[in-house]
Amino acid sequence: MTLLVIQALNGVQLGLLLFLIAAGLTLVFGVMDFINLAHGVQYMLGAYLAVAAVAITGSFWLGVVLAVLAAGAVGLVLEWAVFRHLYGRDHLDQVLATFGIILFLNEGVRVIWGAAPLQLAMPAVLSGSFPIMPGLRYPVYRVALIVAGLLVAAGLAAVIHGTRTGMRIRAGASNPVMIASLGVDIGRLFRQVFGVGAMLAGFAGALAAPLVSVEPGMGDNLLILAFVVIVIGGIGSIRGAFVAAILVGLVDTLGRGMVTDAAGLLLQGTAAARVGPALASMLIYLVMAAVLAVRPAGLFPAVPT
Amino acid sequence: MRLPTAVPIFLLLALPLVLPMGTHAGYVLDLGARIAILGIAALSLDLLLGAGGLVSFGHAAFLAIGAYGVAILDANAITDAAVVVPAVLAASLAFAIPTGAVALRTRGVNFIMITLAFSQMVYFAAGSLADYGGDDGYTLSMRTTLFHARPLATPYGFYAVCLALLLGCYLFSRALVASRFGRALRAIRQDRQRVQGLGINPFAIQLAAIAIGGMMAGLAGALLANAAEFASPAYAAWQRSGDLLIMVILGGAGSVHGAILGAAAVLLAEEALGNVTEHWRILYGPLLVLAVIFFRGGLAAIGRRA
Amino acid sequence: MTARQPKLSLRGLCKRYGAVVVTDDLWLDVLPNTIHAIIGPNGAGKTSLLNQIFGSVPPDAGSVWLDGQDITRLPVHRRARLGLIRSFQIVSILPEFSLLENVALAAQARSGSSFHFFRPAVGETALNEAARIALAKVGLAGSEASIAGGLSHGGKRQLELAIALAARPGLLLLDEPLAGAGVEEAARLIGILRTLAGECTVVLVEHDMDAVFALADTVTVLAEGRILASGPPAEIRQDAAVRAVYLGDEC
Repeated sequence: MTLLVIQALNGVQLGLLLFLIAAGLTLVFGVMDFINLAHGVQYMLGAYLAVAAVAITGSFWLGVVLAVLAAGAVGLVLEWAVFRHLYGRDHLDQVLATFGIILFLNEGVRVIWGAAPLQLAMPAVLSGSFPIMPGLRYPVYRVALIVAGLLVAAGLAAVIHGTRTGMRIRAGASNPVMIASLGVDIGRLFRQVFGVGAMLAGFAGALAAPLVSVEPGMGDNLLILAFVVIVIGGIGSIRGAFVAAILVGLVDTLGRGMVTDAAGLLLQGTAAARVGPALASMLIYLVMAAVLAVRPAGLFPAVPT
Repeated sequence: MRLPTAVPIFLLLALPLVLPMGTHAGYVLDLGARIAILGIAALSLDLLLGAGGLVSFGHAAFLAIGAYGVAILDANAITDAAVVVPAVLAASLAFAIPTGAVALRTRGVNFIMITLAFSQMVYFAAGSLADYGGDDGYTLSMRTTLFHARPLATPYGFYAVCLALLLGCYLFSRALVASRFGRALRAIRQDRQRVQGLGINPFAIQLAAIAIGGMMAGLAGALLANAAEFASPAYAAWQRSGDLLIMVILGGAGSVHGAILGAAAVLLAEEALGNVTEHWRILYGPLLVLAVIFFRGGLAAIGRRA
Repeated sequence: MTARQPKLSLRGLCKRYGAVVVTDDLWLDVLPNTIHAIIGPNGAGKTSLLNQIFGSVPPDAGSVWLDGQDITRLPVHRRARLGLIRSFQIVSILPEFSLLENVALAAQARSGSSFHFFRPAVGETALNEAARIALAKVGLAGSEASIAGGLSHGGKRQLELAIALAARPGLLLLDEPLAGAGVEEAARLIGILRTLAGECTVVLVEHDMDAVFALADTVTVLAEGRILASGPPAEIRQDAAVRAVYLGDEC
């Protein structure tokens, strides 16, 4: 039972991390019809910049803030240098170009920081664990991550649903051509969306840095997960990204445990050892395939079919 | 007609078979074989992508299926092409039909993602095959034989076979694209509703394209396993699917011979840049970006535009 | 004396989107080899009706019968194989193909299977001949090799009609074929359409009243998803209810 609670909390934490990455991705895709494969390296940059900033300033908090701002800046530079030449181009061209950026930045961090994984120490106040239930201790940092993720999600929802910019973004996600013809400064809106998305991904990277190993390519598999999230949630929908991210996070953590246990129960020794982990890794893809089989446009598509 | 462009390509590719290369022979023939094999894989993806408009981010799954077809038979002491080739084709077909049928229910980026999902499943499944090396992969005991002869055992022999198969796949692809089937497929890409309204079933045509493309890629996978004498789950990694997409798009999707150009360009660029620095990707990445921004239509279009 | 079997029979067709009823218990027979026009004010449900006949939209209730066969459950491409061919309101041609190939595809669809993998399709003289004939009929002879995407809007409309003809329709559904056509072009299209009735049955939705009254053998007036009146053009012209709802203060 306690294991279940821990795994569920881990799942929520992973889900919120995924949400931070997926939110930017789904907005950029929904509003600008732009497939940005380089979003995963934004996350990686957030982690690396956090390590660097903390090393320079000596403070975790300052380091994270600087990292997020720097990640946003890098995002805007990429937008200006590369992405804005690709709006309106075939999705394939965007896939190709952003793939090139992945290669460039993955190698870039390797050149600057080396290939060996880096560590980032947790701030003292957030390290350690505390009892969340009788007999169950859970790391403070992970709780802080969950809280931070929820706060950002709430803030994002407030901006999207409560401000003029948010309204333009929502309109843009369902009909980009229309808002352009209504006189909205598309270039500025795109830059805002891109910048915010880059900062969110960078924030996720900075937050994750103390928990994972910071190394080249760390964003690649999370990118795939993020795409799974936005496909399940529905392109262009923040709410969809949130629901799907939590779902994917829970399925991946809880599901992994359950499937491995079930395999152990139902199959003999070596077969279980083989099938269990393989099936567990496939689980989110099976879920995505199942969702698409029933709702080919995702759970909350911005443009309902 | 495209024939004039393809002739010099194949003449170039045939050169290593006739020119003396001394100590460089092994290196050149190995590189050439990889170009030919990935050329076949790119050709198969171009059938889906260029002709059919189906962007599959999971095509590498078939490379793994073909490779493991060879590996599993090899582990059971079967190496004869007369068994291996049909088995690989059958396995590819068996994967292509159900996954293709499900994927065709989706559109746009959802199609891309679901094809990716299916290839991830192959990736993890291959990694779980403990009898065949699991994550570490499987080393072949020998290359595929043909009725007790071993044509693939020497570098020259292997390259010749790969080149011959590339030529065969190229001619097959061209015929396919020009046929009634190809015309229907290309029409569906442009306007699905129009084609449906004429009485052609788009689902059936596209599924057939996925099946054919899958089988051709499975063949390429079998050749890949032979080239490295090794099969690994990494053959199905999504980055490999991305590489294939790069080759097709860079070469010029839909031009058939562009797929071969793309495969050659990518492999040669990797080799050339790799000799400059171990961090060659730092140069390769921006080159890709520039190529996309400035060379619309890919390499195949450059000749056309001039 | 037995009546001719209707080419197309709509029986109790119903369709609603939420609270909006677009087709309200509609019964209609279309006789073979006639030109049957469907007119009505905007929002009357004309395009939705065409969609239900065509098969892209399933009705909530009721059935569609073609040549005495219930086709309500058949998918679009199966209906097309039975001769039910449609032209689209937004011109739908294949922009990358030549004019000839656009029309040859239609001929291909109606002559055997498309699962032929080796013989070059451009070499099939039978298909090319059928395509040339159709192109000549609509006035596009001579430009077979040009790329369809480069045609003017009027040219695309002609091509659309050629495609429909080459598909050997038994029942041709035309969705505003004269929309945006100039006077000369409209006259030419009307001429082509008039000759069609000899070979097939035509159901057309149109706003151009002069064309409708010149062409149609039967006119059905739709309003709010229901048939207001149906009969020969002269009758419809005089019908008071029709004039009130649709023609308004004109004529």
